[in-house]
Amino acid sequence: MPMPRESFHRHLTALQNEVLFMGSMVEKAIERSMEALKNRDLELARQVVADDAKINQKRFDIEEKCVELIVTQQPMASDLRVIIAVLNIIIDLERIADHAEGTAKIAIMIGNEPPLKPLIDLPRMAQKTVEMLRRSLDAFVNRDAEACRKICAEDDEIDQLYDQVFRELLTFMAEDSKTITRATRLIWVGHNLERSADRVTNICERVIYVVTGKMEEIGASKY
Amino acid sequence: MDAKMETRQLGFYYGKRQALRNVSLKVPDNQITAFIGPSGCGKSTFLRILNRMNDTIPGVRLEGEVLLDGQNIYGPCVDVVEVRKRVGMVFQQPNPFPKSIFDNVAFGPRVLGMDRNVSLSDVVEKSLRAAALWDEVKDVMGKSGLALSGGQQQRLCIARALATEPEVLLMDEPCSALDPQSTLRIEELMDELKERYTIVIVTHNLQQAGRVSDWTGFLLLGELVEYGKTSELFSRPRDKRTEDYITGRFG
Repeated sequence: MPMPRESFHRHLTALQNEVLFMGSMVEKAIERSMEALKNRDLELARQVVADDAKINQKRFDIEEKCVELIVTQQPMASDLRVIIAVLNIIIDLERIADHAEGTAKIAIMIGNEPPLKPLIDLPRMAQKTVEMLRRSLDAFVNRDAEACRKICAEDDEIDQLYDQVFRELLTFMAEDSKTITRATRLIWVGHNLERSADRVTNICERVIYVVTGKMEEIGASKY
Repeated sequence: MDAKMETRQLGFYYGKRQALRNVSLKVPDNQITAFIGPSGCGKSTFLRILNRMNDTIPGVRLEGEVLLDGQNIYGPCVDVVEVRKRVGMVFQQPNPFPKSIFDNVAFGPRVLGMDRNVSLSDVVEKSLRAAALWDEVKDVMGKSGLALSGGQQQRLCIARALATEPEVLLMDEPCSALDPQSTLRIEELMDELKERYTIVIVTHNLQQAGRVSDWTGFLLLGELVEYGKTSELFSRPRDKRTEDYITGRFG
């Protein structure tokens, strides 16, 4: 039997693709902001700040499409849940991008000051966050609640890295008060990444809602 | 949940063809229960069983029980006229009699007889008020019911059904022949009526079921696939077949 709502379901798939596209913009923002910080690439940092406006715009575009589908198609059941999930996911994506923009701005603030130490754990946090984000959106497309629970559990790794970063920078500050400004700024970067990973767990919760119809809070983060 | 009506292992056959199988459910008192499903799923048959409207069709057979306040309406010694008085019905096409507005509403009480202490015109007024039609027709009561607009005709039919003071009101696609404005009017009315009556509605319009009903049942090929709170059934149906139907993946 032909599916009577084929065109609506094509629109839903297109909507999902838009979310994936926005997700890739956000991944790029996280990666580039860390690269800019690590390599003291002010040009790249400014680019991340400028690109944030595009991500914000993308969010509004997707939101408009959701409203349009609700109004014109009166979606039900899992179709409705997908749209409600998208409306929530794009907020989280947009906020993660803001955190990346924050990191890029810190890179600009630090400018060409001498480096406090080689950055190791912060890039690791960024890499892990990007990986979790990518997998959460894959899980969204594949309607994979199990994968989401796993990703949420991995948020602990991010928290541990953040702890490590925090303790290490504290030692620097304790030993030499001249490092306080630079160290504090790096702690902000860690905080941005910790928040971003937490937002990824929100996305995972939304995917679980799409799959099961249940809204559940999964393992509160330490921070 | 207080059940006004209840079916137990209800099966129904038109000759050899089985139209309903093993339907067991409770229709809660003073709430609106909607039945949805593709054409031929048995939802109209089900509705008509609730006031024995199928009795006159030759070759039909019924299994199981249909209870009204705990009493089987298909039991021996049951007065069918009494059942239909207690369980009124409104149909898809507004079908006023070719009589005056007054006589349309007065028809039931006249035929069935009524309390001596109540005047017929009081019953007519009360019914028309309950059907939200009084203000529009009070000065033209002698006019033919057929002269009214479609939406008014349907409200006239509701008033006519209410005049015999039923306890349950069955509505078979009551808005499918009406424009959106009249449809909303009837839906509002249903919401008011459920304070005093138990309403069962069959509708093709999923959005309407979502808007008006408290409980929804999904029928497919004569089987009750899912029955539950409307808000649950439309946001997170438990059965894949319900999901597929309400999201338009078949049907």
